[in-house]
Amino acid sequence: MEVNAEARRILAVSISKLYASRTQRGGLRLHRSLLLSLVMRSARDIYHSSRESEGPTPEEPMETSSGAEDEQQQAGLPEPQPALVSSEKLPEEPDSAEEECETTEDKENLSPTRQSRKRRGKASAAPDFLPSKRARLEPGEERYAAPLSSCRAGAGDSLTALSLNRGDWIPLRAEELTYIGQSQDKGITGAMVRAVRST
Amino acid sequence: MGEDTDATPTLNHRGFLPDHNYVTEADIISTVEFNHTGELLATGDKGGRVVIFQREPESKTEPFSQGEYNVYSTFQSHEPEFDYLKSLEIEEKINKIRWLPQQNAAHFLLSTNDKTIKLWKVSERDKRPEGYNLKDEEGRIKDVSTVTSLQVPVLMPMDLMVEVSPRRVFANAHTYHVNSISVNSDYETYMSADDLRINLWHLDITDRSFNIVDIKPANMEDLTEVITAAEFHPHHCNLFVYSSSKGTLRLCDMREAALCDKHSKLFEEPEDPSARSFFSEIISSVSDVKFSHSGRYLLTRDYLTAKVWDLNMESKPLETYQVHDYLRSKLCSLYENDCIFDKFECAWNGSDSVIMTGAYNNFFRMFDRNTKRDVTLEASRESSKPRAVLKPRRVCAAGGKRRKDDISVDSLDFTKKILHTAWHPNENIIAIAATNNLYIFQDKLNSEMH
Repeated sequence: MEVNAEARRILAVSISKLYASRTQRGGLRLHRSLLLSLVMRSARDIYHSSRESEGPTPEEPMETSSGAEDEQQQAGLPEPQPALVSSEKLPEEPDSAEEECETTEDKENLSPTRQSRKRRGKASAAPDFLPSKRARLEPGEERYAAPLSSCRAGAGDSLTALSLNRGDWIPLRAEELTYIGQSQDKGITGAMVRAVRST
Repeated sequence: MGEDTDATPTLNHRGFLPDHNYVTEADIISTVEFNHTGELLATGDKGGRVVIFQREPESKTEPFSQGEYNVYSTFQSHEPEFDYLKSLEIEEKINKIRWLPQQNAAHFLLSTNDKTIKLWKVSERDKRPEGYNLKDEEGRIKDVSTVTSLQVPVLMPMDLMVEVSPRRVFANAHTYHVNSISVNSDYETYMSADDLRINLWHLDITDRSFNIVDIKPANMEDLTEVITAAEFHPHHCNLFVYSSSKGTLRLCDMREAALCDKHSKLFEEPEDPSARSFFSEIISSVSDVKFSHSGRYLLTRDYLTAKVWDLNMESKPLETYQVHDYLRSKLCSLYENDCIFDKFECAWNGSDSVIMTGAYNNFFRMFDRNTKRDVTLEASRESSKPRAVLKPRRVCAAGGKRRKDDISVDSLDFTKKILHTAWHPNENIIAIAATNNLYIFQDKLNSEMH
């Protein structure tokens, strides 16, 4: 669907812009970051509403914060996981802007037994618009959904989180943003955005 | 409008190498401002420098060279700084310059970067005392025994020297980036606005300022809008306006309360639901607000339009002018190349009958409010030979009927943007900043305002 694809692309571009703005001279621009987050929010809303209108792919809202039961459920779920998007194939987008985001390999989440302590929100995955440069997973291995709590810095005055509430599936932490790519399992692709607390 | 606009030669080509079209980033002009008489024109750039131009007095002998602006003074206003606490570099780019009304022989201006405002005194020295008794001409102390008579030192003319000195530094009052400064009509106070707060200063007091607007939410996650511009009313020293990223304007009265969080008037145009897109919020963000000289109207600029508001009507603007509506279908690309975040300024002419604002491809637009006619002109070296008349330009939508000399939307150069323009307070003289070049145009046919 046209709108769908455009929404995904806009989300990808926005994330890379937010990420790039960290290294800008003069510090984070509050106005610009706010506008970026507004665009991401409308793109996200449109993306979801268009997906819902496409057909029922019930995403199980994961409102609770217990990560352990999530992971156990994942194995048994016949439906796509909430962390993953529907069975659309990831388009091969040679978008150089997005490749900027791929800074760190997601070393922390390689272990399938990792217990995520972070809350998962509904549709926690960023959809499969992000490029596909990710480590190949072993069969049966899953990538784990992003932490979705809105991250707030301690210091009140500097720009921190412009998190998108109500769904919380793309947390935006202005300081540090990395993302982990899609997982490929049984033809289901998905991509997730993960916010990393700055150390 | 029917005016023919003459070009004075391009000024200030610093950093522009014709062969390679290379522009030093520090030379990019970031603000332009005439003083209250129009005799002086100040520009600030990304490198923290201020260049002041002065208009040559008209001479009867050479009528065509009258009124040219030449460099009067150049100084470094701000230097890059480092905030160690937040590990942030503070850019030296001059965001705004505002002149104080002249009260004595010296000129004063305020210049600001993201964090610090400075008051500069610009004065001339064209005489110096000569004939000291105890010093000789080079300043060496004379041997007292050689002094046989007393003389009174006399002031002798010397080559004009323009001295610039910082008189006040207003620092450490802004957590966020300062976007506007505005001098009050009481000539004693001024305000500085950042993304979330507006502070009121006294020109003589640097260690304190009063916070008059604070829109910072208790929880930063609830942030929905920021302040984008602010200005004092030209005549009523208690009134000021500030614009927001949501496209609203708030008129505040400082007599009502010490903290003007509650507005006296809120100017907002209801959004057209059919025009909704991903980028509706970005393009509705107001990038500049200016009171008319009369104080009766407000001029605002958002990404695609310029609007004139009547202070007495809050529900919608009085007039809306489409600056470059052909970009409406290209918002996605403009978002990707960051152009959608460009902040264009706008200007009134002295009689408030014409408004002006910049666009892309070094085009700038003027709209006559009375005749409803508009014109697109280009600020470029080719079209700006001395005494050349600027030719109106036209942008045709893709696929539309194309005339000779028209330029199509797809061939517009988005790196050539005119963000900063200024109009002489009394005459039809305009200053256009095109990246690192300053163009000054004069309407010879209609040099008086009407």
